[in-house]
Amino acid sequence: MGVEGIGARVVRKEDKRFITGKGRYVDDIKLVGMTHAHFVRSPHAHAKVKGIDSSAALKMPGVIAVLTGQQIVDDKVGNLICGWAITSKDGSPMKMGAWPAMAPETVRFVGQAVAVVIAESKNLARDAAEAVVVNYEELPAVADVQAAIKSGAPQLHPEAPGNQVYDWVIGDEGATDAAFAKAANVVKLDVTNNRLAPNAMEPRAAIADYDAAEEHFTLYTTSQNPHVARLVLSAFYNIAPEHKLRVIAPDVGGGFGSKIFIYPEEMVALWASKKVGRPVKWTGDRTEAFLTDAHGRDHVTHAEMAFDASNKIIGLKVKTYANFGAYMSLFSSSVPTYLYATLLSGQYNIPAIHAEVVGVYTNTTPVDAYRGAGRPEASYLIERLMETAARQLKVDPAQLRRTNFITQFPHQTPVIMAYDTGDFNASLDAAMKAIDYTGFAGRKAKAKADGKLRGIGVSCYIEACGIAPSKAVGSLGAGVGLWESAEVRVNPVGTIEILTGSHSHGQGHETTFCQLVAERLGVPISQVSIVHGDTDKVQFGMGTYGSRSAAVGLTAILKAMEKMESKAKKIAAHALEASEADIVIENGEFKVTGTDKAIALPMVALAAYTAHNLPDGMEPGLKESAFYDPTNFTFPAGTYICELEVDPGTGKTSFVNFVAADDFGRLINPMIVEGQVHGGLVQGIGQALLEHAIYDANGQPVTASFMDYAMPRADDVPSFNLSHTTTLCPGNPLGIKGCGEAGAIGASAAVINAITDAIGKNNLEMPATPDRVWRTIHAA
Amino acid sequence: MYQTTYHRASSVDEAASLFGKSSEAKFLAGGQTLLPVMKQRLASPSDVIDLGKIKELQGVELSGDTLTIKAATIYYDIMTNADVKKAIPAIAHLTSVLGDPAVRHRGTIGGSIANNDPAADFPAALLALGATVKTNKRSIAADDFFKGLFTTALEDGEIITAVSFPVPAKAGYEKMRHPASRFALTGVFVAQTKSGEVRVAATGASQNGVMRVPAIEAALKANWSPSAIDGVTISANGLLADIHGSAEYRANLVKVMAQRAVKAAG
Repeated sequence: MGVEGIGARVVRKEDKRFITGKGRYVDDIKLVGMTHAHFVRSPHAHAKVKGIDSSAALKMPGVIAVLTGQQIVDDKVGNLICGWAITSKDGSPMKMGAWPAMAPETVRFVGQAVAVVIAESKNLARDAAEAVVVNYEELPAVADVQAAIKSGAPQLHPEAPGNQVYDWVIGDEGATDAAFAKAANVVKLDVTNNRLAPNAMEPRAAIADYDAAEEHFTLYTTSQNPHVARLVLSAFYNIAPEHKLRVIAPDVGGGFGSKIFIYPEEMVALWASKKVGRPVKWTGDRTEAFLTDAHGRDHVTHAEMAFDASNKIIGLKVKTYANFGAYMSLFSSSVPTYLYATLLSGQYNIPAIHAEVVGVYTNTTPVDAYRGAGRPEASYLIERLMETAARQLKVDPAQLRRTNFITQFPHQTPVIMAYDTGDFNASLDAAMKAIDYTGFAGRKAKAKADGKLRGIGVSCYIEACGIAPSKAVGSLGAGVGLWESAEVRVNPVGTIEILTGSHSHGQGHETTFCQLVAERLGVPISQVSIVHGDTDKVQFGMGTYGSRSAAVGLTAILKAMEKMESKAKKIAAHALEASEADIVIENGEFKVTGTDKAIALPMVALAAYTAHNLPDGMEPGLKESAFYDPTNFTFPAGTYICELEVDPGTGKTSFVNFVAADDFGRLINPMIVEGQVHGGLVQGIGQALLEHAIYDANGQPVTASFMDYAMPRADDVPSFNLSHTTTLCPGNPLGIKGCGEAGAIGASAAVINAITDAIGKNNLEMPATPDRVWRTIHAA
Repeated sequence: MYQTTYHRASSVDEAASLFGKSSEAKFLAGGQTLLPVMKQRLASPSDVIDLGKIKELQGVELSGDTLTIKAATIYYDIMTNADVKKAIPAIAHLTSVLGDPAVRHRGTIGGSIANNDPAADFPAALLALGATVKTNKRSIAADDFFKGLFTTALEDGEIITAVSFPVPAKAGYEKMRHPASRFALTGVFVAQTKSGEVRVAATGASQNGVMRVPAIEAALKANWSPSAIDGVTISANGLLADIHGSAEYRANLVKVMAQRAVKAAG
């Protein structure tokens, strides 16, 4: 490891611009002649649109156009798509309700757009939007997933009778039933996984610019995957062919999954830009973010786990109802199926698993991937089950987990996933030692004397990251391949540009990706720049989500580097009159091993571009690209243990200690990894204690601002105690597993297990608000 | 935000005069409620008259047994003021748990009580300490000032200039913070005056805004100690209920916060 190579705690290059206000976000971009869009949104959760009167709005100052849902349908802009086909257990395809970018006939959630005003300023557009008169005929609405599946419930889509999107199963039902038939003990649990609003710091935004002479669009947008956006906009929405659409995702202020998807607003901005012949900008406000950014989670689950007489798990049955909201967002269908049920084996040897997932429409904001996406729901369920089982079977919760850990790898679970490597005992040991698990009983007794209820909670999570082997996901219904691309350009003077299909929206790629180059070439990271987020600059790539950028994106860079280095070695060998096999790269130089003969990288690069003296037949230039398709998912895993106190007078939880022992494989920049874990843990704690996107029975959102939706603040969370136990991932040459989602996946179960331990009652739903905890303590 | 006309008043008289000249004016102090409401287009004053820079509305004075806080003094200046900390440390504590740092550097005592949010902290202090609200027209006892949700005894155009607090023998404030807004989910201010009177006020609890709690006052009058409240039952009738706290929970908090406030008061 050099000072800036792999494993070094290099300070983030990009932070200089972020913390000095020099970041360039979509809303910072101003184009000549730019107009501003404001959407007219439904105040009703379910209603017929009987008519739209724009006449008063069109007379208002600065108004250029008022465009409606009927016009976007008339212009044959395609409906929004869902890119992962799921098949129900009866063999039928999932039931898709049509989702036009603006609703021409029916609105199905509060905040759905019915029209857009284009005006000379943001404020004038908003003024005029208030003057657009929409005649609604209200319809009965349903927001709760269990209410929506009852007979007689309000129906959302004629295509989906009973509001059912699919009824999907995985695993061997017969084998699972047989296991339960011979069980010594069965543990049952009902859990709700609360709906969350993602709340990236930067709201979504888009600027669309149509060039009539070139028939070409440019879209600046808050995207985690600009090429995927371009592909979907071109292939499905009839906006423009790919070569006539440039998508730029500049600095993006957080995504957490919510900026993977193609939303109506950017489609409308593109369409409207052509209509009005000028650039159109839309920047969402926080209320629009609460109403329209895809939400996360929202599962209701019943699960049963069967144990034999020696406390070994012999079977698991799960039935989950997943709330999809009013429409199927881009990757929503995969979240409660292939990203959730395939992780139900947890860290445990479970010979038989059967899971059924019913996807349900409700009159709420669409739900899709949010940090962890299905894996937090799976891990929370399994770890709550393990804690419940330990209490029921009267064994130590850590020991029960140890009894059931998978210890031999590779391990094929009954639910598709084949775990490649891991050491679950090592991370459990590290976490138990860090928190002094054996000393807990004494600390609990002392707290009791002070009038506090102290609890400890364990969570042993596993996730599938490095998404994903294209052939595998294709066989499961994915509409895209999930490889990644990279290009390495060595400039004639030896500086290096890395073009990556990954997209950084907070992850620190501009630093970590440079560290790989520094490691291999021994050049300072100041000599390297990372180019991403622009479809005109970067070759097609798949973007950033699912903790994939290091495991997949960086491996693509490595592959391109290897090609470039191979060519550079040939040039160096030619110049040094040595054998290519004898060339080694050190400190930015190509050396003949065992001699003092060397040529510096800039001279090799210059030779490549002057082409005056290259080996016979070699093309000029020093630029190579690679596409890397992973061979398997990666499997980050670890143990989180939380110790906390509950105030019996108020039900308020205070953290005493929170330890995390993660196995992420090789770490590129441990400082950035720690930051990722901190952020993930805070989101997991936020779900456990604070966050909940709530609708009333009529589908009206109750939590559409930060006055009601409780985001975790610094003083809500403890100082974290992090450590790493490492098994290198065998699936990629760098041994990387990924770290972006682990905290959000593993934290919430640790918190709820600790609170329920403290109060001595097992049933407690998230978020464990002080009121809810207090009522649980004092319930009869 | 809708179009509005901003005025920066240099004196209370000028502010009152500007108010009289405009059709639907609003006074702006720290702007911690008015500006967000205007940004959401839920208020559309024709004119906004800024009181925040008026010198005569700034500062804290301790004179004998009276602590006077001028209306446009920001929370941070109250929290860090030596006279406040010496005379009524419970007010310094209340201010330290009010909102977040951004709010504490902008919000003012006058703005808080004029708005009379049912979950605001300062109304509890005024009511429990038996403070007097001074305006450009008169003096109003705290008991007469708060008139229910977002309603006060202030007349149209009347400007709060200061709040005078009699320095108590003992006082304490404890609050359960609202997890999202950081207002009081419920907060209780307890005070024992130098003449031995006990006054207890709860905020964030009642549907009618800040309220006295006679049952706890009686218990503390008999015995100034947390355990004196053990036997008191607070009814959930008429209490606020929302996603963060049921009425029963708030009733519990009135009692628990009162006990902790007494403990803090010593």
